[in-house]
Amino acid sequence: MLTLLVNGEKRQVDVSPDTPLLWVLRDDLGLTGTKYGCGMALCGACTVHVNGEAVCSCVTPVSALAGKKITTIEGLSRNSDHPLQKAWAVEQVSQCGYCQSGQIMSAAALLAKTPHPSDADIDHAMTGNICRCGTYQQIRAAIHYVAKQGD
Amino acid sequence: MDTELNIARRNFLKVSATLGAGLTLAFYLPASLGAARKFATSNDTFMQNAFIRIGTDSQVTVIVKHLEMGQGVFTGLPTLIAEELDADWSQISVKAAPADAKLYKNLAWGAPQGTGQSNSMANSFDQMRQAGATARAMLVTAAAEQWGVSTEEITVSKGIVQHRNSKRKANFGELADKASQMPVPDNVKLKDMKDFQYIGKPVVRKDTMEKLNGTAKYTIDMQQTGMLTAVVAHPPLFGAKVKSYDASKTKAIKGVIDVVQIPTGVAVLAEGFWPAKLGRDALKIEWDTSTANILGSDEILQQYKVLAKTSGAVVRSEGNADKALAGASKRVAAAFEFPYLAHAAMEPMDCAIALTETGCELWHGEQFQTLTQLNVSKALGIKLDQVKINTLYAGGSFGRRGNPSSDYQLEATHIVKAIAGRVPIKLLWTREDDMRAGFYRPLNYHTLEAALDDKGNIVAWHHRIVGQSILAGTPIEGVMLEKGHDPMSMEGANDMPYRSPNVLVDLHSPKINVPVLWWRSVAHTHTAFSIETFIDELAAKVDKDPVEFRREQLAGEPRLLNVLNLAVEKSGWGKPMTKGRGRGIALHKSFNTYVAQVAEVTVTKDGKVKVDHVTCAVDCGIAVNPEIIASQMQGGIGFGLSAAMKGAITLKNGKVEQSNFHDYEPIRMNEMPHVDVHIVPSNEAPSGVGEPGVPPIAPAVCNAIFMATGIRIRSLPISLHDLSDT
Ligand code: FES
Ligand code: FES
Repeated sequence: MLTLLVNGEKRQVDVSPDTPLLWVLRDDLGLTGTKYGCGMALCGACTVHVNGEAVCSCVTPVSALAGKKITTIEGLSRNSDHPLQKAWAVEQVSQCGYCQSGQIMSAAALLAKTPHPSDADIDHAMTGNICRCGTYQQIRAAIHYVAKQGD
Repeated sequence: MDTELNIARRNFLKVSATLGAGLTLAFYLPASLGAARKFATSNDTFMQNAFIRIGTDSQVTVIVKHLEMGQGVFTGLPTLIAEELDADWSQISVKAAPADAKLYKNLAWGAPQGTGQSNSMANSFDQMRQAGATARAMLVTAAAEQWGVSTEEITVSKGIVQHRNSKRKANFGELADKASQMPVPDNVKLKDMKDFQYIGKPVVRKDTMEKLNGTAKYTIDMQQTGMLTAVVAHPPLFGAKVKSYDASKTKAIKGVIDVVQIPTGVAVLAEGFWPAKLGRDALKIEWDTSTANILGSDEILQQYKVLAKTSGAVVRSEGNADKALAGASKRVAAAFEFPYLAHAAMEPMDCAIALTETGCELWHGEQFQTLTQLNVSKALGIKLDQVKINTLYAGGSFGRRGNPSSDYQLEATHIVKAIAGRVPIKLLWTREDDMRAGFYRPLNYHTLEAALDDKGNIVAWHHRIVGQSILAGTPIEGVMLEKGHDPMSMEGANDMPYRSPNVLVDLHSPKINVPVLWWRSVAHTHTAFSIETFIDELAAKVDKDPVEFRREQLAGEPRLLNVLNLAVEKSGWGKPMTKGRGRGIALHKSFNTYVAQVAEVTVTKDGKVKVDHVTCAVDCGIAVNPEIIASQMQGGIGFGLSAAMKGAITLKNGKVEQSNFHDYEPIRMNEMPHVDVHIVPSNEAPSGVGEPGVPPIAPAVCNAIFMATGIRIRSLPISLHDLSDT
């Protein structure tokens, strides 16, 4: 049995220690907002926060997470009202939506450190997140929107 | 309606005969109220027709017959209902229709239910507005009866029904029960464009909230009691089969429950994806490759080049192109190469299925319900209507989830059959499975030859296409044109818009054992490229500006000319550019939508290409939702650019060389140009926007690269070419 701290709750899981966090979240904890896209840290669909850092849960074994704070899209805000989620609604970002949990988690980690990111900062922080539907322009606009709201 | 659609319709009617689906069912399923209420979920729900339910709580549920895969159909179609019903946007919620072609057929196709050819809006525009207007009329009649006034004195606005003089009011919920007892009117008047409240204005997408908080349900998220996850070991070559396998190591893995052989490989069933995948990787399989494809893509291309030296099946012929070319003073010829392309939707293919007492039930993002019902029913030996499909959100599709051979749906079916339906199963493909499964955009080879007269007019045009047929051998090959030509191999070329007295378009459709499929905008992905880069070559040959040349040569195409002019005007065409930068234009009509794009690129000294900016002009008739149109254009440009810059699936000795996003990489945030979209105001019937943004981007970018470097790109992707300035 392993104990994980997910979205502020202690959760016990009975899995082999090398299981990637992604599948523990999805299959054992029923947190399906975090998505699978590549399994190789290439697409960012599985992005969650570990101690506030954006990480690819598809390549992070659960054994590495003892005592660390894990946040998923489900735990990002109480009522889907994180400033980025509001901005995502304002800018009508989502198309198929499949990549968007990961996009929002990456953007949230960026803004936590850099509240007023430049376009280059956004490129740097968001390049790991593929959107096959091509919503990049809206994602960029939504991140800038939040930065401006903070002023 | 254009010919293509007519042909498609005619042939789908043929298909429908084999499906046994009725042909004559009119839109109003309920000719009488009894029928209308049969479908009501409860007595107090007014279900006026197959598309609208109004509850006593005033909630209006719109049933959408098309798959929401990102293109916005869960917003676009409800907009039409809200418009004619005069509902408030906030009272509208959306539900996916069940698979039932009698009620939910695609009207552009005749009999089957499905989503494709960017026609969801076009085929639903009148149907959905009529549904809304009919429901509104019944609500008004109910109010008139209740208040003892004439229907003429009643107005409806934002979900409130009101009597003008007495100011009596009711909401839809209060009238729902009575409205359901009103006669269904035969004829309803639809609104005049000038009275539109929602159409043409941006409304908030109905799938917004679920898609920003992780609650939107995709196939991969399906969970049910006892459901097992299946991961399959697929053959290494197309056409290979399992000879024998050893699952002893697999069965020792904790969480693995079962291993079964199916026609497409060996499936491992486990409690969750991870043990299933570990189990799959631990299988030892011997494959029978005796009938497999062992050709590489280079060899396939070589075969096509040889074939292109011979005449193909003629699909368009006017005048005598051969003769005119032979006698011409100015001739230009070029050849074009296009690789196989994978759809690589963000959510790899997946399907959940259970055998039930009445047949079977599937949960997945399906683009082509009726054909999957047909294929699955055959595999299980049951009737088509015993196959129940729950259409979920698709994490992208781009054509892939509308496969006439239902490949992954059938794979799931065979797995659940192999375990006799003991438990429901969820088939998940890994990214590698998805990328190596075939059903690619076909590899293509084109030749183009044209002659110009002294005034610089095109006087002869010969376009030859070599590429696999998409439709041949599928249950819908009846859609092929007379003499068996596949429109999906040449659309865009057989109706190329430039004026020429002598035109010849011919087609070779070689058979290759690599599965192919439509891929966002189908043949337009390659025909637009050859035509639009070649037109630039012709303009250069006669020393004309590419825009001027197009304006002169476009024959009777006012809508194309219009988008061309709009894109030119908005892009600042002709403004000087610094060294290493270039601007290129391309235009194309697909799925009855007209698009022109101007791309601005920078090519660095070491040959790196960056697309800086794209101006896109689109005419898709009445613009139902301008914001969604813009995002579909941007998305289409991103999708087309991914392929243009670096997209290629290659085969070596029959084996697919790519496997994941490191070697088949879509463009990323830092590579996406800023795209400005300009919509032509129009009163024409709306046409599609999901696909038409794709075709012009690759030729616009390559024409811009020519301006920047003087190098003509005639084979894709661009990454194959050395553009460094040395
Ligand atoms: S699924 Fe983890 S990065 Fe793609
Ligand atoms: S919205 Fe579809 S992949 Fe990003």
